[in-house]
Amino acid sequence: MSSRWEVVIGLEIHAQLSTKSKIFSGASTAYGADPNTQACLVDLGYPGMLPVLNAEVLRMAVKFGLAVNAKIAPRSVFARKNYFYPDLPKGYQISQYELPIVEHGELFIRDDEGNEKRIGLTRAHLEEDAGKSVHASFDDATGIDLNRAGTPLLEIVSEPDLRSAREAVAYMRKMHSIVRYLGISDGNMQEGSFRCDANVSVRPRGQEALGTRTELKNLNSFRFVEKAINFEIERQVELIEDGGEVVQETRLYDSDKDETRAMRSKEEANDYRYFPDPDLLPVELDDEFVAAVQKTLPELPDAKQQRLVEQYGLKVTDAEILTVSRTLADYFEAVTEKTSAKPQAAANWVIGALSALLNKENRDINDSRIEAVALAGLLDRIADNTISGKIAKEVFDAMWFGGGSADEIIEAQGLKQITDTGTIQSIVDAVIEANPGQVAEYRAGKDKLLGFFVGQVMQQTRGKANPGQVNQILKDKLR
Amino acid sequence: MSGGAADSGLHERTLADLAEGLATGEFSSCELTEALLARIDRHGTTLNAFITVTAGQALEQAAQADKVRASGDAGRLTGLPIVHKDIFCTEGVLTSCGSRILDNFVSPYDATVVERLSAAGMIMLGKTNMDEFAMGSSTESSYFGPVNNPWNTQRSPGGSSGGSAAAVAARLVPAATGTDTGGSIRQPAALTGTTGIKPTYGRVSRYGMVAFASSLDQAGVITRSAEDAAMLLGVMAGCDSRDSTSADHPVPDYVAALAKPLKELRVGIVRQHFDEGLDEKCADAVRTALRTLEEAGAKLVEVDLPNIDLSVPTYYVVAPAECSSNLSRFDGVRFGHRAGDPQDLLDLYCRSRGEGFGAEVKRRIMTGTYVLSAGYYDAYYLKAQKVRQLISQDFKDAFESVDVIAGPTAPTTAFAIGEKTDDPITMYLNDIYTIGANLAGLPGISVPCGLIDGMPAGLQLVGPHFGEGTILACAHQYQQLTDWHTRCPEDFA
Repeated sequence: MSSRWEVVIGLEIHAQLSTKSKIFSGASTAYGADPNTQACLVDLGYPGMLPVLNAEVLRMAVKFGLAVNAKIAPRSVFARKNYFYPDLPKGYQISQYELPIVEHGELFIRDDEGNEKRIGLTRAHLEEDAGKSVHASFDDATGIDLNRAGTPLLEIVSEPDLRSAREAVAYMRKMHSIVRYLGISDGNMQEGSFRCDANVSVRPRGQEALGTRTELKNLNSFRFVEKAINFEIERQVELIEDGGEVVQETRLYDSDKDETRAMRSKEEANDYRYFPDPDLLPVELDDEFVAAVQKTLPELPDAKQQRLVEQYGLKVTDAEILTVSRTLADYFEAVTEKTSAKPQAAANWVIGALSALLNKENRDINDSRIEAVALAGLLDRIADNTISGKIAKEVFDAMWFGGGSADEIIEAQGLKQITDTGTIQSIVDAVIEANPGQVAEYRAGKDKLLGFFVGQVMQQTRGKANPGQVNQILKDKLR
Repeated sequence: MSGGAADSGLHERTLADLAEGLATGEFSSCELTEALLARIDRHGTTLNAFITVTAGQALEQAAQADKVRASGDAGRLTGLPIVHKDIFCTEGVLTSCGSRILDNFVSPYDATVVERLSAAGMIMLGKTNMDEFAMGSSTESSYFGPVNNPWNTQRSPGGSSGGSAAAVAARLVPAATGTDTGGSIRQPAALTGTTGIKPTYGRVSRYGMVAFASSLDQAGVITRSAEDAAMLLGVMAGCDSRDSTSADHPVPDYVAALAKPLKELRVGIVRQHFDEGLDEKCADAVRTALRTLEEAGAKLVEVDLPNIDLSVPTYYVVAPAECSSNLSRFDGVRFGHRAGDPQDLLDLYCRSRGEGFGAEVKRRIMTGTYVLSAGYYDAYYLKAQKVRQLISQDFKDAFESVDVIAGPTAPTTAFAIGEKTDDPITMYLNDIYTIGANLAGLPGISVPCGLIDGMPAGLQLVGPHFGEGTILACAHQYQQLTDWHTRCPEDFA
């Protein structure tokens, strides 16, 4: 993309709140039930049915607001957003419009130059989700599954402060991590618990007025957010440079074709005829309520990251990775607490070997096959020189695939490191004796051959010899 | 039992009377139920007051009630009959709301009002005819045809609770539930010589009441006396966790409150009520009633409701706006009328709704959609909300100096069926005196106060928020001094 153009992006994130029951009814919100088995008469929009607000969603929204330094509205109002669609049983969605529960927040990401950047949050409001249309398995007809209808959502709207697809993703990841820290959403993107729409426009660098924006829908993974926005930026710039004009419209991202295409234009947009829902009273929150919620706030990613750096001396980039999820950071801290190894060593194992296997098996840290205390046991054996780092990886794999503690595996497989100088010396002697040619070459100045001798000793000891000692003894003997 | 109600005379008695008869064992609930069912059978077609008669279910309930009474567990309402306006959901029974779009809708649950009266032991005899979705003042907009006024079957009983009012006036049943969004209980009560109360907004749960205009709708009853209304209201009222707008406010003993004398009661007379538009004979009947109150010790005080003239236009912005949204759920997808062989989604919507709704409902949906549209919202909906605030404030100010506000319920007595159907504005003006109480959320009651050329006229009493006890007592004391409420249309005596 030409640097003549500045990109302006704002995101609307929909986070499904992890309440047990729906926002306005007692029906369950559990995912994956048979169609329409979790839709009660309220969710079905039956005549005479009335919404009753689930108080838990207020606590969750306030928790979120406090976590992003936002203003909590002392009075917020539910409104009806009117439009017809088969998956919208009442013909309107209950949402918040003029008076949302959360306003004027912020969060911090790293911009493209690696500097900290503040992203403003315009608002966050509560609303109910719609059901979904089921097109498969019906000839010539569309099925409706209303299990999702009435599921509570928090819609989080950012200011147009994002300047690249990468920043947009960083923002979305940060938000994802915050809602999960707060325990208000499971953030499951496959199940649609965390999804986003992006408003994208471009303008000539230096111009203050915003360009015409398009709204991209259906961005249900971090990767798609990045790809869709990049596609859209390129499309808009090309269009303008070819003398065309961007049309304000909603565009759908097609991940199969990696392109966005027009869904509906501004003219075709619904007039939602918002008005306050007369079935629900305004939500009034006093300071006491907010203070009580404040007390339930956990340590948040930024604070935790800073603490890990200060308390354990971790590298900032490692602390950043460890704090993406609260459970990963908790795991790290649990390991650190139980091992005599250095915290950075624990961090390296968690970020490296452990994360690799977790990712490979698509497991959450909570389902790790190696518990924190077990990993700590392994790190202890490295720290006290019982095994080398190389052997440790073998032990780690054995623990992951077969179970058992590091000590048990070391004992059973005889992996204990050889640190007895006498033993190592005699093996070194044997290796020197067996390779007179190489010894001569080495002594003639071919230093690189030291590696060959180390390799021979390790082969003889099946890797168990302490590498430092081997090096030293070889150097002495070959001198 | 084959003697029929005419012989038994049971139909002539009020709810309070019948309660005593049941308590003393003078007759059983089964006998009472049979007598009234026979009467409904005989007169039902003439009046078209019923959409559904639930005879079988009623007889079962009556037998059960008699058993309860025999075991000594009966309450005051056990075994007494009632009918429900067809706007209340009743489990296993058609709940049509007077509309073709719900003409196949059998509710899977009971409305709170139905549930509470039933839990108190009352027997439901059927569901009454009404203006479609309660939108109307004559019960002519019903898909099931108009209801006839028992006092003159060429005339309308008013509406929208016209079926309930006609059934009570004709002595087919001693009590009926109704709903009142702009006068739909009080105006038909006035036009049929019955007593009808609309409680404070939030006093009675709206759960299970098909919504017309949610911020105005309120359930109440139509009876033959204020005492009967007090008996029923005590059971119907009270907080319901299933309706967020229901009030968490204690329910007093309305029957005990009836004894409060008129002496020292400050009765407000609204200057604007006697302006042009009010039929002179109706005005005279109301003035006579006011004198009766005054002679019994009440103090008449003139009050001013400066913005009351704006109540009809305000109502016809707010109510349609809410109804346009409330009625969106009737789309042919999940329940109710569904157009045959839809070509696509739009066709399904357009024809299901086009076929299912009548003209008045369509008119209001269109009006409501318009006033909420982008560009018009501020000028109409928002402006109307502001005026609504002003009207509420006017009432609040007035109740600083008076205990009740008294005046006419309707500008005329019952009009001829068909007379106003071509002129919606004239029809809307029939609610000119009742709408204010809905906009302000206040309780109001209409009691019979005269017969003009053989047709009943009504006196309306409006109270402050949760002032049901006061207006019921005032109405009851007035009924101790007059006999208009005991008059019966000749053909139904």
